[in-house]
Amino acid sequence: MAELRYLLFLGCAIPYRVSAYEISTRKVAKKIGIELIEMPEYNCCGLPMEPISYDIMLALAARNLCIAEQQGLNMMALCPGCAGTLHKVNKILKEDKKLRDAVNRYLKEVGLEFKGTIEVKHFIRVLADDVGFERIKGTIERPLSALKVAEHNGCHVLRPAKYIGFDDPENPVMLKRLIEITGAKCLDYMDETECCGAPIVGVNEKIPLQLARNKLSHIRDVGAQAMITICPFCHMMFDVNQPRIERMFDEAFGLSVLHYPQLLGLAMGFSPAELGFDELRVDTSKLLSAIT
Amino acid sequence: MVSERSEGGEAVIKATEMDPKFKYEISKIPGAEKIMLCFQCGTCTADCPIARFSDAYRPRRILRMVQLGLKSRVLSSDVLWLCAACFTCVDRCPQDVEIAGVLRTLRNLAVKEGFMPAVYRELATSVLETGLAYKIPASRLRKRVEAGLPPLPKADVKSINKLAEVTGFSKIIQARRT
Repeated sequence: MAELRYLLFLGCAIPYRVSAYEISTRKVAKKIGIELIEMPEYNCCGLPMEPISYDIMLALAARNLCIAEQQGLNMMALCPGCAGTLHKVNKILKEDKKLRDAVNRYLKEVGLEFKGTIEVKHFIRVLADDVGFERIKGTIERPLSALKVAEHNGCHVLRPAKYIGFDDPENPVMLKRLIEITGAKCLDYMDETECCGAPIVGVNEKIPLQLARNKLSHIRDVGAQAMITICPFCHMMFDVNQPRIERMFDEAFGLSVLHYPQLLGLAMGFSPAELGFDELRVDTSKLLSAIT
Repeated sequence: MVSERSEGGEAVIKATEMDPKFKYEISKIPGAEKIMLCFQCGTCTADCPIARFSDAYRPRRILRMVQLGLKSRVLSSDVLWLCAACFTCVDRCPQDVEIAGVLRTLRNLAVKEGFMPAVYRELATSVLETGLAYKIPASRLRKRVEAGLPPLPKADVKSINKLAEVTGFSKIIQARRT
């Protein structure tokens, strides 16, 4: 088996306000035997700057890739935006010599050069591709067979397919399989692969909140007890914003929204406190009483 | 907040308002190379999650406006900023147009013309000052210690600002909105 050592790319949103995702990831990674190395002097992945300037996005992403190359380690990112951007830029810079030369002219100014010697993966891709389902299954101590949940992948883990090349964006199964390893049942629902809307919250709140409400309704309608996400932004849309959505549409959901490693961590036998449950906005007591 | 009103200007389009070379200019920029291949099938709009909840955002319409050369209408339009970059249109376009790449190209050009929603200036300022898109509050840093999380690394702000300078990014951010 390949060595499970990665530079952990935290990005901006997770240290800013989604610590539970990081806390629970570190717990389950350690239990599985994934060694996470802190990424030195990293910067924004570049994605938030892409609407302003494609060139600065490339330069910021490439600088992170160069740091990982210097460490001689592959990267694991928790945010799909970061993972998708770094994966895509890594791929196009490896394949497009003209673009690589242009970006290397920028990087030369800060004493760096992109060589294309490492890989970047999102956390669930590390679990699915590198760790493998069997090994994860071996860490389960308390199967959550009483639970029915629904997944929300988050667009950038899957799309654009030609740059990402993971799972099937039209009918994704990897996160479902990872959920079912915990013993929980993962339910299908309408518009499962649809975007949460978070990327445009800063310019228009009405549309994303309607999108999120639509997904929450579909998930409630199939009888899921919780929603499982793998993206800090999707999580904020469905968890942090859920009370706002309830007020806006005069509708009650009360749907717990967990980061995937929180679900996995429960099945491994960690306590909710160890997995950062206190940070979740929507009450989880009903959910937790169903599994104890 | 960006409104959902349609792109500005009169309903009647004058031929003199069109820039027949705009599509060629656009198609030289990475991500927008295939703009001329759009045959207006409407798959992008039909599958767009934003278009489902917006009366104004129609990716097909934006692409047609580019093909027609309605440069100033497109670049000054608020709807440009409603694409959530979910990339559904990119994966489903039968002509492989990479619509989200065209939208990004148009946004980059709009910024050069002085159109940029306030939120992006905030994010950009944070990147230049701290290396990250969000300024991490001191309370969060304290919580990291309490939770037993390792400290965040110091950002190399000098290198980031150098990259911003050589890519022309600093100049864009410093420019006042016209």
